[in-house]
This record gives sequence, C-alpha cells and structure tokens, in this order.
Amino acid sequence: MLNLLSIITFTPAIAAAILAIFLRGDDEAAQMNAKWVALVATLATFAASLILLVGFDPQDTGFQFVEEHDWIMGFTYKMGVDGISILFVMLTTALMPITIGACWNVTHRVKDYMIAFLLLETLMIGVFTALDLVLFYLFFEAGLIPMFLIIGIWGGKDRIYAAFKFFLYTFLGSVLMLVAMIAMYVDAGTTDIPTLLTHQFDTGTFSLMGWQVVGGMQTLLWLAFFASFAVKMPMWPVHTWLPDAHVQAPTAGSVILAAVLLKMGGYGFLRFSLPMFPVASDIFAPLVLWLSAIAIVYTSLVALMQEDMKKLIAYSSVAHMGFVTMGIFAANQQGLDGAIFQMISHGFISGALFLAVGVIYDRMHTREIAAYGGLINRMPVYAAVFLLFTMANVGLPGTSGFVGEFLTFMAVFQVNTWVAFFAATGVILSAGYALWLFRRVVMGELIKEALKSIKDMDRREKLLIAPLAVMTLLLGVYPALVTDIIGPSVAALVQGHELALQAHEAASQLAQN
Amino acid sequence: MIGADLYTALPEIVLALFAMAALMVGVYGGKDKLAEPILYATAALMVLLALFVGSKGLEEQTAFNGMYLADAFAHFSKMVILISAAVVLVMGQGYMAARGLLKFEYPILIALSVVGMMLMVSSGDLIALYMGLELQSLALYVVATMNRDSARSTEAGLKYFILGALASGLLLYGASLTYGYAGTTLFAGIISTISEDGMSVGLLMGLAFMLAGLAFKVSAVPFHMWTPDVYEGAPTPVTAFFATAPKVAAMALIARVVHEAFGAVPGDWSQIIAFLAAASMFVGAIAAIGQRNIKRLMAYSSISHMGFALVGLAAGTAQGVQGMLVYMAIYVTMNIGVFAFILMMERDGKAVVDIDSLRQYSKAEPLRALALLVLMFSLAGVPPLVGFFGKFYVLWAAVEAGMTWLAVAGVIASVIGAFYYLRIVYYMYFGADTDPLDQVRAPVQSTLLVASAAIMVLGVVNLFGVEGIAELAASALVK
Repeated sequence: MLNLLSIITFTPAIAAAILAIFLRGDDEAAQMNAKWVALVATLATFAASLILLVGFDPQDTGFQFVEEHDWIMGFTYKMGVDGISILFVMLTTALMPITIGACWNVTHRVKDYMIAFLLLETLMIGVFTALDLVLFYLFFEAGLIPMFLIIGIWGGKDRIYAAFKFFLYTFLGSVLMLVAMIAMYVDAGTTDIPTLLTHQFDTGTFSLMGWQVVGGMQTLLWLAFFASFAVKMPMWPVHTWLPDAHVQAPTAGSVILAAVLLKMGGYGFLRFSLPMFPVASDIFAPLVLWLSAIAIVYTSLVALMQEDMKKLIAYSSVAHMGFVTMGIFAANQQGLDGAIFQMISHGFISGALFLAVGVIYDRMHTREIAAYGGLINRMPVYAAVFLLFTMANVGLPGTSGFVGEFLTFMAVFQVNTWVAFFAATGVILSAGYALWLFRRVVMGELIKEALKSIKDMDRREKLLIAPLAVMTLLLGVYPALVTDIIGPSVAALVQGHELALQAHEAASQLAQN
Repeated sequence: MIGADLYTALPEIVLALFAMAALMVGVYGGKDKLAEPILYATAALMVLLALFVGSKGLEEQTAFNGMYLADAFAHFSKMVILISAAVVLVMGQGYMAARGLLKFEYPILIALSVVGMMLMVSSGDLIALYMGLELQSLALYVVATMNRDSARSTEAGLKYFILGALASGLLLYGASLTYGYAGTTLFAGIISTISEDGMSVGLLMGLAFMLAGLAFKVSAVPFHMWTPDVYEGAPTPVTAFFATAPKVAAMALIARVVHEAFGAVPGDWSQIIAFLAAASMFVGAIAAIGQRNIKRLMAYSSISHMGFALVGLAAGTAQGVQGMLVYMAIYVTMNIGVFAFILMMERDGKAVVDIDSLRQYSKAEPLRALALLVLMFSLAGVPPLVGFFGKFYVLWAAVEAGMTWLAVAGVIASVIGAFYYLRIVYYMYFGADTDPLDQVRAPVQSTLLVASAAIMVLGVVNLFGVEGIAELAASALVK
C-alpha cells in the first residue's frame, strides 16, 4: 500500500465530490443519502487509518509511509507520518464519523453541510501528513474556507460576526507564516520538511531598524510561525476568536474545532518551531511558559463567570491548550509526551463535552446555564456521561485528562517552578468552574417547567458518546497506548533540540573567546 | 529586408488590416446589423493569432531596426492579451445586444486597441512604445463611452480621456528627457549608454516620468483615481475588457521598459515600483471595503492586484518577471470569471451592480454561487486555489530579492482585502433574504464563470504549465 496516506487523505474529498456531482434534490431521502455517504466515507477513512496504525513502527523515528511526487515550482507533493503526527491523523479520522453522526438532525442544506465536513477532514489530515512546507500551508489555510462556511451558514444568531472574526484572525496569523516559509525556502533552497529539519537557520545577531535581533533569522522566523500557531492554538491573548466561533458554530462544528482544528497549532509548534528554530525556541521559552501560565489562570477565571455553556467550555479549552504550550516549550521528554497526550485527550474530552451540550441544546434550544437545573431527575444517563467528562476535564486521575496535565506539570517543574505553581492553581480553578457547571445544570431539584418533559439521551446520542467515554477511561488507566507510539519520536526530537542548543552554546563560547 | 520585417510583425498587421476592412464593410455594408458577425469574426481571428503567436514559441526576432521585438516575453503577453480579448468580446455580446449597445464599431475598436497592446509589448523603442500606447488608449476612450445615451458612460469616457492624456503627456515628457540624455530612443541604445556613462540625473527624471505615465495605465496608486469611475460608468463588457487585456499589456510594457532600457540600474527603479506596489495593495484593499457597487469593488480589487503584480517587478529579477506574468495570467482568468458573473446580474431585466442584491443567491443558483465563491477565495489568495500561487510567486521573488518588507506589506494587505471578498460570499450564502435576482439563462457567461472557477481549483495540480512558459518568457526579457 504505497499510497495509503493519499488514500486516507483524499477519500473524504472524493466522497464530497461524489455528493456534489451526483446527489440531486433536497427532500428527506436525498438528505439521508448525503448523511449516509458522509458517514460511510468517514468510517472508511477511519478503517484505512487503522491499517496505517497497525503498519506503523514506533521505534523508527523517521518518516514512514512516505510518498513523493513532483509538483509545481520545485515543490513536492510529499506525505508521511512519524510518531508525532500519526496520532493526530488517528484522532481526526476517529472523530469525524462521530461528528457526522452529531449532525444527523440537521435539515438545512444537508448536502452542502456534509460536503463542507468531508472537505474539512481531507484538509485536516493533510495538515498532519504533509511533508512539504507549501503543501502544509495549503492544507493549513484551506481549512479556513469550509470552517468559515460551517460557522456562517449553519451557525447561531451572531454567526456572521463570528465567521468573519474566525477567518480574518487566523488568516492574519497565517500569512506572516507564509512570508517566513518563503524566507526559509530562499535560505535553504528546499521546502522539503525532513531536509529543513536538519537545516540550521542562521542565529547570528543582526540589527533591524535599530533593533538588535538576538538569535537572528531564527528569531524572526520563529516569531512569524508563532503568530500563526499561537492564534490557531489559541494562546492568551490572541484567543478571543475562539469563544465567539465556538458559541456560534453548530454542535458538529464546535466538536471538530475543539477536537482537531486547535491541535494544528500545537502540531505546528512540534513540527516547526521547536525542531527547526531550536535557538529561538530556547530564547522565547520563558515568554511562552508565562503566557501559558497566564492563559491557564486567566481563562479559567473567565470560564467561572460564563453564563453560556459553550463559551465556558471554549474558555476551558483555551486553558487546556495552555498546558499544551507549557509542555511543548518545557522541551523535555515529559513535556512533549504530556503535550501530545493532552492534545489527544482534549480531543476526546472537549469533543464529548460539546456533544453533551448539543444533546440538551437540541432539546431546549438554549445554551444558557440558568435555563437548566436538576436534569439528573429526568436524564440519569446524561448526568452520568456529563459527570464523567466533567471529571475528565478537571483532570481526575483515572481519566485521560489527568495524564496530560500531570506530565506537563512534571516537565515544567524541572524548568520553571513558578510557572508550575501558577498553572497548578489553574487546575483548582478548573475544578471550580467545571463542577459548578455540573451542579447548576445537572444537580438539584427539577423546578423549571420547560424541563419537566425533557427526554434522556437516545440511542444515537449514546452511540456517539460511548467511544469517547471508552477512550477517555482507557487512556486514563493505560496511557502507554499513546506514549509507546510517540515516545521514540519525541525522544529523538528532544535529543536533537538539546544537541542544537549545545552546539549553539559552544559556537557562541568560541566566538567570545 | 522590409519583407522580413513585415513578416515578423505579421500578427499586428493582420489584425490592423482586418479592423480596417471590417470598418469598411461595416460602414458601407449593413451597419449595426453586421455587428454580431464582425464581433465573432474578430474574436475568431484573435484566437487564431494567439495560436500563431504561440507557435513561434522561443524564436527571437527584431524588426524595423530594433523598434519591434518579437521574443518569448512578447509572445506570452500577446497570447494572454489576445485570448482574453476574444473571450471578453464573446462574453459581452449578449449584454451589449440586449441593451442596444452592440454597434459594429465596438469589435473594431477593441481590435484596434488590441493591435496597440500587441505593439506595446513588442516595442523596442520609445516611439514604438508611445504609438502602441496611444493606439490602445484612443480606442479605449471611445469604447468607454459606448453607451452614448448614458451620462455615466460619457463621463467615464471623458474622465478617462483627460486623465489618460495627462498621463500620456507625462510619459512623453519622460521619453523626451530620456531621448535627450541618452541620444537615442532605442531601448538597446539607452541601456548601452547607461552601462557606459552611468545613470545621469536627466535619465533618472525621464525614467520617473515614464513610470508615472505607465503607472496610470495599470492604475497603480497614486495614479488610480480614474479607475473606479471608469469601471462604474462604462458598460459592463467594456469594464471587463478594461480589467483584463490592457492591464496585461501595460504591466508587460513596464517590465519591458525597466528591463530592456534600464535593466543596468535596477536599484533606481525598483524603489519606485516597490512604492507603487505597496501603495496600490493597501489603497486597493482598504478603499474597496466601503464599496457597494460590484464594479467599483472590482476596480479597487484590480488596483490591489496590480500592486501584487508590481511586487514581482519591484524584485527586478527574472524570477520577478516570471512571477508577474504568472500573476497576470491568473488575474485575467479570475476577472473573466467574475465579470461573466456580473454580466448575469439582472433584476426584472435590468442590470444591477449592488452587492446587496446577491443576498441568498446560493439558494437560487447553487452552481453559479459556488463558482463565484471559488473565485472570491481565489482573488483573496486563499490556498489551495490558484490565486494563492500567483501571490506566492511574486512574494517569493520579493523575498529572494531581499525585499522582505514588501512581502510582509503584501500579505497584510491581502488580509485586509480578504474582507470584502468574503463579504460577497457572506451575502450569497448567509445574508438575509432580499428581492432575488432574475434567474438568467446565459449559457456563455455561465460556462465561462464555471470554467474560470474550475481552473482555479484544478490548477493546483500543475498550474496548467503556465509557470514553465512564463519562466522562458521572463528569461527572454531579463538576460
């Protein structure tokens, strides 16, 4: 199977093309057909990605399943996965069928909706498998188009504002990265990512408009990439697009946004910033660590005060992404393991939480926390599910949320104790807002008239959320499932990073003497 | 010798003779009844000439003692000009006919202006340059006022004429200074004077004035004021023409002048062009935000796009010229698609240009809406659509030439510009309901719209080989 990655990447796009060309009409039968085609395509993609996982050799830290073809302008169409990217591919393919299932009740422009999601899946997988800078950028940016339409067409009341904000915010971040990529191409003469990983970008200090740029070209490149990934992540203080986008997006859009799209930023840091610009990463690490600590504490506090459930979970996502950036820029084995683990686990947990909000939103058509209360009386299954994911969100040992947070704490404690201290207070706050949300929505007496006839989760909803619950618990008790796969690649990355720093240190020592 | 010279300039001669013959037939024949056959004949001839020019490929010939250059660069530009002119002629026929504007002079004037453009891109001499430019401009002034009963159209033509005459004056003055200080009007002579004696102040002034005049023709800021008014006032098919072929010709002419005549001193003009580029990108992007009229909006959009194409030229390298050529080819393709769409915007049989009228267009015409969506994202430069590669090329050339600041300015302008392209998508897909537009049956326009969008999507595979041809063309110009 030489073209396995291309098959995985483009199966959804082909399904989208089939839908676009062959499906006519907008009656109920056509809508069901669209949904089934999308579901089958995403399941097939997932099945294909399982073959990938089985064939993957974790001990090999290089890129596997590589395919390469010539493309325009001397770029190549090159795909491949290593220990860092493969689990993101798996996360995407695993969550997509669930996402499609989550929009089973949509009746407005169903065909277009399915096409948008299928295209989005292709683009997301492409981001994680692309081994050419320009190809990566292509997938990375193109994802904005379907997401803009998903928020804009199927979103809530203020969807237009949210869609524009989402698009322009992330677009601005990315175009600076584009200039940096061009500069890298000019400097290294290639856009091949494996080659660039071994290329050393200049670190000599130079002066730019009267400013001394320590770390030279690497610093500028790092900053340009940071502009893109920090927005995508999102990191404090450029996170403000996320709550708007989440609140206005339809349930399935929120799930995919939180579970996969946010991971592109973290993946970008791991793939580009850390290995390609080690010296600049080292210079900026304290800044990123502190930004992460601020993000964790600040957004947790903000989450405490939210009256909209989706917004609360969105802010909690920002806080959790703070752990990820903290882990990545601690730049040691535990940190990177923890960051990747946290991203995977957050994919399942936040996806499930948005689904859970979607369940009651479908019934009551409001996301306001105050409109609920006492759901446990009528919805015992829902209460149990919601409790599980609330606990996982808080990071209760035994759930996957704990492992990621613990690893990143351990990592950052070795680097900067104070950051670890502040981040730890964030965990307390997260327990505060998550449990308080649970109390207000689920616990207590059922006094609201409107809720008296609310029904518990149906078969479809249980079926959608069950795999997420299984994964959350499984990864919580047996995290080696993830760390065994990512471990060797992460170790290689950390080692390469340290060697690069030592070499730089030695070189600057030499220059001083 | 003269026979060989005439043969070298055969495409221009054939088209000019055809235009004159058609004029005779039109005047003494059936007048406007013949407009349609003449239009189709003109378009067909243009396509044939494009194929003929294309078949010459990499041949390099000079004629009339170096006043006329036929190299790969000229061939590439001529093909883009001829094909886009032919397509725009055919595309606008229905619109013009339905509004009683299809006079037999229309295709003839277009043909003459195309002759001018072909001469422009082939010019190897200041006089040939000026002749081509004026032939092109005079024909365009008349075409802009094609709708004689409309005050708007007449105003557009007059405005275009007066400002165009001013620009021609600037250009001529610059050319005379250059001639005075270089002692020759031949580009080859100018460049050898410069490389021997260096760049004198007089030549620098000449260069600056000529660039100002040429900047007017590509509507680069700060010489862009006429563009929105002329775009708005002229009949839509004429606007579509303004937005495509003349822009290619003028851009190619700038490349020709700066490389062929002043190629020895890139530092002297790349600063000027870089300024024009940065100003155009930003003014075009910002001023378009307030526009509600789609033709004015496209005017500002074209200003911004010209800015990007100038980024390529500012780099002052063969790679930059290649980027500019690729950019222009892509730009023309996108604009043909968008104007094909604008030609179909009607309500109760009347043309509308208000972007508000596009609200919920996707419900009535899903395919056309989708095609326009693709074109809008492509104009905004969002990958994987081909518009992105155009931008990538010129930015790459700029960074390679050490003008990273210009690349950064360009990408920031493209984010600002993305807003108004997105707004059209938003109106079509999630705007509030409004009076729907007519469901127009327009097979030609629809086909062009969809074809243009399809090119934007499928071009990601290999750009249809344009980059390779553009590379050869650029290397013919920049040695």
